[in-house]
Amino acid sequence: MTMAGEWLIRGARELGREPSDLLLRGGLIAEVGPAGSVSAPAGAQVYDADGLVLLPGLVDLHTHLREPGREDAETVESGTLAAALGGYTAVFAMPNTEPAADTAGVVEQVWRLGREAGHCDVQPIGAVTAGRAGETFAELGAMAESAAAVRIFSDDGNCVDDAVLMRRALEYVKAFDGVIAQHAQEPRLTQAAQMNEGELSGVLGLTGWPAAAEEAVIARDALLAAHVGSRLHVCHVSTAGSVEIIRWAKGKGWNVTAEVTPHHLLLTDELVRSYDPVYKVNPPLRTADDVAALRAGLADGTIDAVATDHAPHPVEDKDCEWAAAAFGMVGLETALSVVCAAMVETGLLDWAGVADRMSVRPAAIGRLADHGQLQPARTPRTSGSRAGKAELPGDPSRASGTARFANGLVANLTLVDPAARWTVDPATLASRSRNTPFAGRELPARVVATFLRGHPTVIDGKPA
Amino acid sequence: MKKHLLSTADLSREDALLVLDTAEELARLADRPIKKLPTLRGRTVVNLFFEDSTRTRISFEAAAKRLSADVINFTAKGSSVAKGESLKDTALTLEAMGADAVVVRHSASGAPHRLATSGWINGSVVNAGDGTHEHPTQALLDAYTMRRHLGSLDGRRVTIVGDVLHSRVARSNVLLLATLGAEVTLVAPPTLLPVGVEGWPGETSYDLDAVLPTSDAVMMLRVQRERMTAAYFPSAREYSRRYGLDRDRLGALPPHAIVMHPGPMNRGMEIAAEVADCDRAVIVEQVANGVSIRMAVLYLLLGGSEPAAASSGTGHASRQAGDGVEFEAAEVAR
Repeated sequence: MTMAGEWLIRGARELGREPSDLLLRGGLIAEVGPAGSVSAPAGAQVYDADGLVLLPGLVDLHTHLREPGREDAETVESGTLAAALGGYTAVFAMPNTEPAADTAGVVEQVWRLGREAGHCDVQPIGAVTAGRAGETFAELGAMAESAAAVRIFSDDGNCVDDAVLMRRALEYVKAFDGVIAQHAQEPRLTQAAQMNEGELSGVLGLTGWPAAAEEAVIARDALLAAHVGSRLHVCHVSTAGSVEIIRWAKGKGWNVTAEVTPHHLLLTDELVRSYDPVYKVNPPLRTADDVAALRAGLADGTIDAVATDHAPHPVEDKDCEWAAAAFGMVGLETALSVVCAAMVETGLLDWAGVADRMSVRPAAIGRLADHGQLQPARTPRTSGSRAGKAELPGDPSRASGTARFANGLVANLTLVDPAARWTVDPATLASRSRNTPFAGRELPARVVATFLRGHPTVIDGKPA
Repeated sequence: MKKHLLSTADLSREDALLVLDTAEELARLADRPIKKLPTLRGRTVVNLFFEDSTRTRISFEAAAKRLSADVINFTAKGSSVAKGESLKDTALTLEAMGADAVVVRHSASGAPHRLATSGWINGSVVNAGDGTHEHPTQALLDAYTMRRHLGSLDGRRVTIVGDVLHSRVARSNVLLLATLGAEVTLVAPPTLLPVGVEGWPGETSYDLDAVLPTSDAVMMLRVQRERMTAAYFPSAREYSRRYGLDRDRLGALPPHAIVMHPGPMNRGMEIAAEVADCDRAVIVEQVANGVSIRMAVLYLLLGGSEPAAASSGTGHASRQAGDGVEFEAAEVAR
């Protein structure tokens, strides 16, 4: 919407590869060439990106912006500023607000607040059921046709546990190319659940949240999605068993995608020994074996995307006994660094892989045309067999290898300093809330600049 | 000893034996005409009870008063979630009053841990039972009672029967008894054993009759009748038949074995009335021993390293008798 001036980004390492120059004009990438080959037009601002990694602007499939209703925890303004500082150019806003985003009116309000804030695009997710109560459908079609053009529907926070309702939802949204993003949690198996069920929950005397309560729902939903030929997206996958089930479903050619949070890639349930509710989250932190399986699943593409599940809570909702505390962690401002620690430093993903899992695929899952844009790799030899298939995320070849930035793509971009190390200080977060489980931790990599349609929202690590 | 007593896992073997030995020493006081020591004179002990437990509160209160501490009873029914002020604000209030020790009972597992580590208060925290986590002084008084009857606990076989899943008594006992060298067997229907119990010290069994003949002590846990509505077992009768301690099963125990129960009992459910009242049951003794153990714990956490009874001998300690202060925390949400 803002008509940006021209920017020349000099010497950025495209997806971690060779240094390049990019000229941004009119919201698009106007020119790309090897470092030193693009000259700055008169009046263009020049940004020296020597040593920085250039990624497509990050896209978060799972953000809680809390507005309307809990503006004490976060607002669209504060949450999207946090997102921009974390390298995001688009976030999908979960509908568990007060009131719930279950009508065209509420999703349009959130969408409009996002445009007014201007830090990144806000794409609302609509509730599947009225009031997220799991009984009757929300007006899915009205939300799809609204100005917010909703494509993802979720009762996140609650599972759509009624099998018939889930089946019908999967079917119904086919009419407008929608997808159901399921919060997979069998409610009866997780009544009053406080942490991962395992040896530690028994020792700590906290009610357990068994892995089977997630896995059983994912298996059921995958079968339903296959049966009715619909798209299913699985939110915040947290167990090794879930990764196996999703791998199996994808192996069948079913249209199932999945996301994992940064915290599930780095933290384990051992942290609960402290009874510090900053580690209380739903789904709960799991075991080291689960963390390893999630990393492997993200690396091999079984898990399509990293999504933050950024869940801000005011101090009083965490400064209390474990059972009384709210579930959730903030994550927008630490996500890229955590992924770098869990996936890049361990050699599981390169920067092209990070771009794929944090931008290209989430944008494709959410049908966000202006984001996650890269020129695909040259037609792979095996593409003949894929030609007839719908364009779907899930093909790992799309962003790795030779995928690159190109003239004419929308200039949603993120510059990262891969060599930086920083210590997380909750007091300095742009989010209104402080509930980060990474407080005091040293993390690698730092977002230096974020461009939204050619216009910087963050520059030198600060709001532009 | 550490500064706080949150879990029996905090106690080394030496610590645990020190508590038991100190309690022995302090128990002799009960035979004197004046039962009071000046040891904690001028120190303030707060009994912070978020959950009803008259028995445990009275036991701690008696213990603190016999050591001449000032006692403040702070009862806040219901959790901080439901109504009233938060745990944090309560803690800050107690800190402002200068509490040297806070004895806390709470329905939320880990609440005492939170109090001890959050920086809200500086005093020692004693866990008087937290949710389904631990109840360390109960385990200490159980060990003390067993030691009186059985001698050293090394190699002794202790059978704990019942709702282990929801029992803070069981957790504290398993850890402490392992530290003291006893062999613990947990007996329960599989639904009432926590996932991962195989990682705990000791054995588990679903068959009470198989375990009784080799038990030196059998500890029956309270089983709430409501558990059957949550599908943990079919009926009170079936539970009682399979896992209750009745007269026949009492006969299967070795002659020297003792019967224990942390109370309150469901007579006719986990324990038959005639077993509860028989001469091998040490249930009332457990209660009496509770005061000595809690005196020992408060003394060791607050009183320093001098021998407990050495500071007695003068009678003037009774000067401050009966100076406990009572008040109710706000019960109305603000």
